[in-house]
Amino acid sequence: MAALVLLPVVACLGIAALAALSGHPLALRYAGILSAAVVLGGGLGLVAVVLGGTDPTAAGGLLRVDALSAFMLTVVGFVGLTATWGGLSARMTGATGRVYPTLVCLFLGAMSLAVLADNLGVLWVAVEATTITTAFLVGHHGSRRALEAAWKYVVLGSVGVAIAFLGIVLLYAATLASGTPTLSWVVLDQANLPMDPSLVRVAAGLAVLGFATKAGLAPMHSWLPDAHSQAPAPVSGLMSGVLLSVAFYAILRVQAVVDPVIGPELMRGLLVTAGLLSLAVSAALIVRQRDLKRMLAYSSIEHMGLLALAAAVGGPLALTAALLHVLGHGLAKSSTFVVSGRILATEGTTTIAGIRSLFARRPGVAIPFVVGMAALLGFPPFSLFFSEVAIVVAGFQGGLGAVMVVAVVLILVLFAGLARHTATMLFAPARADDVLASAPPAGTDAPSTQPDRASHGPRLPLVIALGATAVVAFASGPLSTLLAQAAALLGGTR
Amino acid sequence: MSPVLFAELVAFCAGLLLLTGVLIVWRRDLRAIVRLLAVQGVALSVLVAVIGIDARVPELVAVALLVLALKGFVLPVVLVRVAGPAGPGRVETPTINTTASLILLALLTTLAYLVSQPLKAAGAGPAVAAVPIGIALVLFGFLVLASRRHAISQLVGFLMLDNGIAAVAFLIAGGLPLVVELGASLDILLVVLVLQVLTGRIRAEFGDLDLDDLSELRD
Repeated sequence: MAALVLLPVVACLGIAALAALSGHPLALRYAGILSAAVVLGGGLGLVAVVLGGTDPTAAGGLLRVDALSAFMLTVVGFVGLTATWGGLSARMTGATGRVYPTLVCLFLGAMSLAVLADNLGVLWVAVEATTITTAFLVGHHGSRRALEAAWKYVVLGSVGVAIAFLGIVLLYAATLASGTPTLSWVVLDQANLPMDPSLVRVAAGLAVLGFATKAGLAPMHSWLPDAHSQAPAPVSGLMSGVLLSVAFYAILRVQAVVDPVIGPELMRGLLVTAGLLSLAVSAALIVRQRDLKRMLAYSSIEHMGLLALAAAVGGPLALTAALLHVLGHGLAKSSTFVVSGRILATEGTTTIAGIRSLFARRPGVAIPFVVGMAALLGFPPFSLFFSEVAIVVAGFQGGLGAVMVVAVVLILVLFAGLARHTATMLFAPARADDVLASAPPAGTDAPSTQPDRASHGPRLPLVIALGATAVVAFASGPLSTLLAQAAALLGGTR
Repeated sequence: MSPVLFAELVAFCAGLLLLTGVLIVWRRDLRAIVRLLAVQGVALSVLVAVIGIDARVPELVAVALLVLALKGFVLPVVLVRVAGPAGPGRVETPTINTTASLILLALLTTLAYLVSQPLKAAGAGPAVAAVPIGIALVLFGFLVLASRRHAISQLVGFLMLDNGIAAVAFLIAGGLPLVVELGASLDILLVVLVLQVLTGRIRAEFGDLDLDDLSELRD
């Protein structure tokens, strides 16, 4: 059992070493996909084990899998597979060919370690390690803008996560009074652990502030649109679907530890503020957005804001919905980022004004894009519709009605903005001067010729990811049991 | 170690941390602030050793050697290499003038003592009493990050922030579990190395390390 717990982390490190040392073209091309597949397989295996009633541990108790970790590991693997497999055609090759796949594998390994760790300190180390691995991925293109984005990302991310470290230090200090200082979830979650409330209060505030920086919650979000827009498309998908979700997972874990000690008020206040602010910021900047990838990045801030509101509400309904939302958003967002990479490759631009009548000219790219955007906008049957409705309903039930009214208004503004931009890119006829000005570099096809039905990359991963997003809300049985168990771990039964 | 000697040594190291923090904000010569950061790293390692010897934890003495090697030697050397071989003329103009920043330092130190009130719950004793110094270093680090626009100053600000957090960890809890301590040290080293590579690329692309040039991305 311990071997299964260690498998994702060890396999990712091994594949990274193999890719870096061998440099074989096949190894470089498929290293990321293989890592993600192993993580997904390990996640599904651990889900089965956890549903069987045991919580396996490994590495002397440093790693421990409960329902929540198993679910998050599955999300990491699934989203990672979508981004790496779907991004095959957008892969850079050339002189830096070894760096990219190696870092992707290390990133997936660090994310797996973060969700498998039964220790707040190890979780922190893993989250900080992702800053290191993604820094060069963000700056991969080497342009001025990519360098600027990478610098801001590393400095802001590291400072933010350092603040979280201060919070962890204080939480550790708060457990000194119990005689056996610890950072282990299992011990910290015990309600009878004597911890000093005033110390825990400061610790909780700092830890949430720090991890919220990494989760892209406003007002600490400023690195996110830059990094997401400059990174290669699969990396944007990985960051949006995996990195933000894991940082949010850290917030959930901290919340589960501190709420029994100091009551839910402090965390609720912080999360409501961050959530509403994130929705407001993304609404304000999406409506007038001019770049496709930045638009998708602000949409990620929107969804993280919604997750923060769900965590603020608490309780089984909101937390189950939040976890379902993490899965749905990760899959839909990684798919749309992958498609944005294909749009960049075929159209030569990601400015919204430069992409016109995509649906008629390139249906092979436009169809997955419109399906992914429909999922992100929250159309049924996609799971984001059900999780968003459940979060709002839970908010009204939980006494946060006024907050939910504001949130719904902001979501409607965001909906209008995203839908307008999407419709412009897909259906608006190209202006004559635009066609001349932005002639595609790769193809020679003018809008009048035969439409381009090629998907410009693997079709299957997008079909699987978006198909899963569409049906997952109707899935009952193992998934709902798993989500219910995970929500219960987070205090969802209170 | 006698309680009086312990209290004096802790106070001395904490004082040295604060003094180097103030001087880093004061000085504008980039090489000078890197040297001051090295002194700060040494002061931190001595502090860790003192706490370890007093608590009779041999592990902490080993951690002190690690801190000495990392923060007193390796990181400053990396920073000097970032600064490049240029002569003594490498000074920068902060966005806040010296007088104003010294007044700000006084205010931040006061603020550190105020916000540290809840932390007194962690116990009494000379180590916990010195915790506000660590918080003050964190705030000084923020000030440097916010007011300096040179890449090296930003790195120094980040490392001072990290020194402050490490000081708080050792003073209030006697350090974290060893595996976390090692992981965190490795992370800090890698972050600085990543930033070193990025500064190299920024210098190649922009000509210098003035971060005011990084202003193309905005909405």
